Amino acid sequence: MRRLKKWLWLLPLLALSLLLTSCGSNSLAAESVLQRGKETNSITWGVKNDTRLFGLMDISDGEIKGFDIDIAKEVSRRVFGQNVKINFVPVTSQTRIPLLKNGNVDAIIATMTNTPDRRKVVDFSDTYFNAGQSILVKKGSKIKSVADLKAGTKVIGVQGSNSVQNIKKVAPDARVLQLSDYAQAFTALQSGQGDALTTDNGILYGMSADNPDYVVVGKTFTKEPYAIAVNKGQRDFLDQVNLALKSMRADGVYKQIEDKWFGNIAGFSDRSDK
Amino acid sequence: MMWQIFRDNFGLFMQGLGYTVGVSLLSLFFCLIIGTIFALLEINPKRWVRVIGKIYVEFFRNVPLLVITMFFYVVVPRLGVPLSGFAAGAIGLTIYTSAFIAETVRAGIQSVDPGQMEAARSNGLTYVQTMRFIILPQAIKIIVPPLGNQFINLVKNSSVLAFVAGFDLMYQGNLIASNTFETTTTYAIVGVLYLIITMPMSYAMTYLDHRWSGSVKEEE
Repeated sequence: MRRLKKWLWLLPLLALSLLLTSCGSNSLAAESVLQRGKETNSITWGVKNDTRLFGLMDISDGEIKGFDIDIAKEVSRRVFGQNVKINFVPVTSQTRIPLLKNGNVDAIIATMTNTPDRRKVVDFSDTYFNAGQSILVKKGSKIKSVADLKAGTKVIGVQGSNSVQNIKKVAPDARVLQLSDYAQAFTALQSGQGDALTTDNGILYGMSADNPDYVVVGKTFTKEPYAIAVNKGQRDFLDQVNLALKSMRADGVYKQIEDKWFGNIAGFSDRSDK
Repeated sequence: MMWQIFRDNFGLFMQGLGYTVGVSLLSLFFCLIIGTIFALLEINPKRWVRVIGKIYVEFFRNVPLLVITMFFYVVVPRLGVPLSGFAAGAIGLTIYTSAFIAETVRAGIQSVDPGQMEAARSNGLTYVQTMRFIILPQAIKIIVPPLGNQFINLVKNSSVLAFVAGFDLMYQGNLIASNTFETTTTYAIVGVLYLIITMPMSYAMTYLDHRWSGSVKEEE
């Protein structure tokens, strides 16, 4: 008994390693989304709920609204039929891929850029929106473009977003502070925790529209093609999604949705794809 | 797999570990002092002094740590006092933990027989002298084991820095997880690194507990 007690401290480590080995399987994520969706007549999307214009929780009725949401609804109806039940699960840049891989969501439409790194772990649809990275500063700031982010300046970004990787390349001397979501990042900017906030222009214009004291400065310095992400091995579903996106563009519904959200946003016409 | 993630991100993990240990030590130092001061306020003979101590302890013991930290991260800077994420986290941790430490120290002091105080005072020692030479040395032995729990909690609670970009272990873990997409593995490594800090503390406490409870018996 005494000798056993000596080794008791190993127990927590043992428990941890057990936990590790048990996390290998994720059968839910491997199921066919197309098949399950047709059987249950429902689909679950991972969306942003803190990002104006793309996906924002409307406190008055508890619904998430935005460009991504409308595209998701339209795609769902075109793939599964008009009466499909559409569920939205809020995700952040950091949680979206784990949630997809665990099978908590069937697909992600959450201001997500199609990048080579991400293509290693998920599959992407065709691009549904062309964004570009830019910076947001307080009105009157001496930072006029990304070139002004020199040593001694602090840039706020969001954990797990592509934009923090980009800013490290474009402004290597600036210190990058990464917060957990856009609401927090903007709050931190307002509190003076950083000199600028960087992410895709669409998201920044949303913040600026809400708070005119903050403005988007400089041109976009990256191309961020937003795409819908699904798990590997969902080729049949992905083909249907691409087909839906194509038909939306063809019959003008895409344009309607785009105008609804971005029609009145000043400065948005100099988007990189126009 | 786990080893590869660890090796590839060794620098970030170590930086995170450094910040976690750093903020823990910093907070530990200040919350011991502040906690003891408020414990003494709580048992002060004057009623209004006790009330001050009680308000501080009850307030900060019952507000979530994250709320206190966010207050210092987003509200205080708007009032004109710039505070980095690390500073906001350190202040939040110190205030929050000091409330618990105050309670622990107060309980320890009050568990010393009141006769000790009366005897010391009637021998001509002042209140402060009695505290310093008679009461506190006896209370420490009672306080240490529960205090150890607070220290361990302090280390674990320091993960609050991750929410305010404080560069601690949890923050770096978040970044590594979202860059490598190896969520489970990364957080497992983070868990092990926290264990490396807290387990020795845990065993040191057990050791001290045994030793001191032995010596108390000898004195009896």
